[in-house]
Amino acid sequence: MPTLTRWYIKTALAYFVVALLAGLALAVRSVAALPPLFNTLAPVYFHLLMVGWVTQLIFGVVYWMFPKYSADKPRGSENLSWATYWLLNVGLILRAIGEPLVGLQPEAGTAGWVLAVSAASQWLAGLGFVANTWGRVKEK
Amino acid sequence: MPRLSVWLIRTALAYLALGFTLGGLMLFNKGLPLAPAFWRLLPMHIEFVLFGWTIQLAMGVGFWILPRFVRGPARGDERRVWAAYVLLNAGVLSVSLGQWLAWPAWIPLLGRAAELLAVAAFALHAWPRIKPHGM
Repeated sequence: MPTLTRWYIKTALAYFVVALLAGLALAVRSVAALPPLFNTLAPVYFHLLMVGWVTQLIFGVVYWMFPKYSADKPRGSENLSWATYWLLNVGLILRAIGEPLVGLQPEAGTAGWVLAVSAASQWLAGLGFVANTWGRVKEK
Repeated sequence: MPRLSVWLIRTALAYLALGFTLGGLMLFNKGLPLAPAFWRLLPMHIEFVLFGWTIQLAMGVGFWILPRFVRGPARGDERRVWAAYVLLNAGVLSVSLGQWLAWPAWIPLLGRAAELLAVAAFALHAWPRIKPHGM
């Protein structure tokens, strides 16, 4: 298994646990009063689960298992693949920090910029993954 | 990788790019508000990343890697999976564009029915391929 795939899958597993912790915190609200911060967690919970766990696991397994791009570059551009990993995860962490802050204070300028950078980072990660994978999706 | 998997997976990748673009626009707009209209992209974003990307990718990879048959066509009757491909994408487009453009309610409803038929067609194809080796 390539090093990058190990990073993807282990990071995905960590997000899986963190996402379910966020889900647990959301569920606790129905039986106990929690600080207002917890009322803003729903979109973070969904995205930790669907981007942090599901999408990241797919990215890692695809990088590992899909047909080779070429003999000298079997997995396409390694630099682009690592950039995709970091953009996806920096973007997701910034979202997990920025979205609750914006939820609590919609006029918070710095938190707004954190979300904007997060959006750009995750978008570039998605495009990077598509660009590097497209050529590996081919008939034998 | 068989041709049908190439179609399913490349279409899934296109939806991933579109879905991330819509999600990125909405998240950017949440941080630095541009226009309230961006929120109307949410159903399309969800449809693209769940059905267009995740489910379609799973179908493409499943058609490729599930055990093949020893006798007859290696992957069985491909027509069911071609039908699933057409129905799934017709469904994704009908549901997402129907909701976004406020088309008559029967269009997204038909889209959901198409998605159901797509999944049923794929399940019918995949069911006999879930088997021990050598059969």
